Amino acid sequence: MTFRRHGLTCQQVVELVTEYLDGVMEPRRRARFEAHLDGCDGCTAYLEQFRSTVAVIGRLDVGDVPAPVMSELLSAFRNWSDDRDGA
Amino acid sequence: MTPDEDVALVEALRRGDEKAFAALVDRYHSSLLRLAMSYVATREQAEDVVQETWLGVLNGIDRFEGRSSLKTWIFRILVNRAKTKGVRERRSVPFSSLEGDGDENQPSVDASRFQEGGRSAGAWSAPPESWEGIPEDRLLSGETRMVVEEAIALLPAMQRAVITLRDVRGFTAQEACDVLGLTEANQRVLLHRARSKVRARLEEYLSAEPAGVGG
Repeated sequence: MTFRRHGLTCQQVVELVTEYLDGVMEPRRRARFEAHLDGCDGCTAYLEQFRSTVAVIGRLDVGDVPAPVMSELLSAFRNWSDDRDGA
Repeated sequence: MTPDEDVALVEALRRGDEKAFAALVDRYHSSLLRLAMSYVATREQAEDVVQETWLGVLNGIDRFEGRSSLKTWIFRILVNRAKTKGVRERRSVPFSSLEGDGDENQPSVDASRFQEGGRSAGAWSAPPESWEGIPEDRLLSGETRMVVEEAIALLPAMQRAVITLRDVRGFTAQEACDVLGLTEANQRVLLHRARSKVRARLEEYLSAEPAGVGG
């Protein structure tokens, strides 16, 4: 059994996940990264957890604009627009 | 938005189309507020910064030339205002942290989870467990999202800024760099640190028994 699969340890793999997911890994490095994943359940689970984490973050509420804030901004917009028309 | 949609929207704003402005506010206001929180100390200050940003958008719209996307342009106005305000109000975040957060060299996963010596040094000793068995409604529950929100709120300023743009708001790496004035490599390091911490917190939360099931 070899733990330094294709030259990358698990401890190194976890540092490279964002680079991998961003698709900016240099091809040879990417091949080594993927080869390590193929033989490693721990890192496969880690990558899956990482992806799930990003997915949950993407589902956070960005929130609505409170009505008083919106009406204040729209009134600022009308003032701005009137000033332009008058200029 | 595509460049064509940007052009149409900018023209609508210039001719005073209130609905167009309302749609723009709806789309970006909350994200601007989230981002502003990375630069200033209080929610009230952040709200002021966002308000100033919208006024800055209106007053600058005639100078918008479409060299960047409208979105990037708006968020850059926010960052400039927020930095100015953060400095003016002697915000608790040290200025150096606007470049990095100082803990970028920390490991993504605690070293205690890897084997230390011998042939298997660096291999998992306590590997993560698959989340495949976790029901989706638990993963996406309000409580889980609250845990994630809290983890993000605890991040250092720039990590919070980057993860907000990239993962909450879906900006590309390039867009995030343009808005925050970071190099692509620095942006990625900050994002990776931020995601790693949120993942660790989520792992800790999800490995505990769900509430009401005992344990």
